Amino acid sequence: MLPTLIAFVIGFIIPFIQGLYLSLCQFTTVKDATLIGFSNFMRAFADSTFTHAFWYNCAFVVVTTIVINVGGLAVALILTRAIRGTNAFRTVFFMPNLIGGIVLGYIWQILLNCALALLERPLLELDATAGFWGLVILMCWQQIGYMMIIYVAGLQSIPESLIEAAEIDGATPWQTFWKVKLPNLMSSITICLFLTLTNSFKLFDQNLALTGGEPMHNSELLAYNIYYTFYSRSGPQWKGIGQAKAVIFCVIVVAISFIQLRATRKKEVQQ
Amino acid sequence: MVKARKGVNRFWSIAMTIVCVLWMYPIFMVLMISLKTPTAISTSTAFQLPAAETFAGLDNYVDAIARQGFFSSLFYSVFITVTSVFAILIFCSMFAWYITRVRTRFTKLLYGLCAFSMVVPFQMVMFTLSNMADTLHLRTPWTLWIIYLGFGAGLAVFMFCGFMKTVPLEIEEAAMIDGCNPFQTYFKIVFPLLRPTMVSVSILEAMWIWNDYLLPTLVLDIDKYKTIPMLIQFFKGSYGRVEWGPMMACIMLAILPIVVLYLLGQKHIIKGVLSGAVKG
Repeated sequence: MLPTLIAFVIGFIIPFIQGLYLSLCQFTTVKDATLIGFSNFMRAFADSTFTHAFWYNCAFVVVTTIVINVGGLAVALILTRAIRGTNAFRTVFFMPNLIGGIVLGYIWQILLNCALALLERPLLELDATAGFWGLVILMCWQQIGYMMIIYVAGLQSIPESLIEAAEIDGATPWQTFWKVKLPNLMSSITICLFLTLTNSFKLFDQNLALTGGEPMHNSELLAYNIYYTFYSRSGPQWKGIGQAKAVIFCVIVVAISFIQLRATRKKEVQQ
Repeated sequence: MVKARKGVNRFWSIAMTIVCVLWMYPIFMVLMISLKTPTAISTSTAFQLPAAETFAGLDNYVDAIARQGFFSSLFYSVFITVTSVFAILIFCSMFAWYITRVRTRFTKLLYGLCAFSMVVPFQMVMFTLSNMADTLHLRTPWTLWIIYLGFGAGLAVFMFCGFMKTVPLEIEEAAMIDGCNPFQTYFKIVFPLLRPTMVSVSILEAMWIWNDYLLPTLVLDIDKYKTIPMLIQFFKGSYGRVEWGPMMACIMLAILPIVVLYLLGQKHIIKGVLSGAVKG
């Protein structure tokens, strides 16, 4: 138990606290930090690439959360019918999940660029809107399978008798879905929403590999914007600003996760 | 009525087959490109199958292995993943055992911190963590597991605790009465009980560590050690133009072992993901 504690302190607690402190400093290495108060935060908000990344990221989160959950649930509903080959289908849908973000990014970069070239549209690096939808497609491809697995398990745990009772009472499949299946799925929905929200917010590898923030920082998500501020900008002020951005980012992610968990937990059906 | 339902199911079956074929298309396309000669890889002919004159055989694969050092990357990736997962399993399960059995304010705080660390984005600690690794001389693949143990502890401890709470205390008490010391109790009684959770934790952590790009990039010296994600990103960083052929070959080589493992251990992987999700 002691090694974990030490590693946890090294790997998480100290860096976290140091990070909080450094967000108030100007520094290039940890040792030459001088305290400058909240001006890093002011400058972070004044940085137009950061605010752009923020709104871009919000839009991205909204779109992916909706599409992935609706898509995952739809596939799960189809695959829980008595059709042939459900297991094979599940295997295929889940597969992209095992592939890492960098690899995924390059696979889709070449695929989408080829498709765009055929349509005679600007390539991903030149068009932030294309980059946005590219990221959305990539994310869906990766995550729908994962959410589908969770929804399938949720659907299978609904007692058969509930659905039969609804059918005997003359409910249409549509009514059965809205009135019986969906309320019983709330715990799965909580989990899936939580996962998609946090994943979409924290997305980094895919962003780096697919568009690299091009053109002109217009396809940057927050995580990538912070990384870029840290490692690719010269000038002594940028590391402090990067750390301040990271703190803001952290607060956003933590706050949203908690609000979301609270909100959907309330709606869960007590069994 | 029954007949109509059968027809509907057949419709869905066919529709799903089509969707699945499309779902796998990107991987198929990578395979096609990895078999083409460099001059044949262009955006206008991308969707065509390699023809006789554009077929490069295994040249791209040879290039990926010989010149880019695919196997050394594979070795580092495997080594880092295996050591980290192993360390996480041993140490985190003990840690979780300790904080569920000894309930003080301190252990409750630790549990809260672990849960919190799962939500915190990596960018928050990115700079300070790599700095920490520098001061402690952990910048080699041989010691990277210490950092993964620290940063991956949250999820593992959380899952182990979730399971540990369902294990009745009486079993351990019986062992203690029979004269086991805490270590014996742990290894003989608790450890075997934890096996299903161990499988889930190791799958989740392995999926994360294997695919992780940013942490090894920041911590390791890229000229000496490259994990597979770093190698693939390196194709872009080092040359002005991306060499798509060898890169796609590398991607194929990187995906292949994972797909094989997945097909073999599918049941466990899906179960692992599920139990992780339910507790998360």
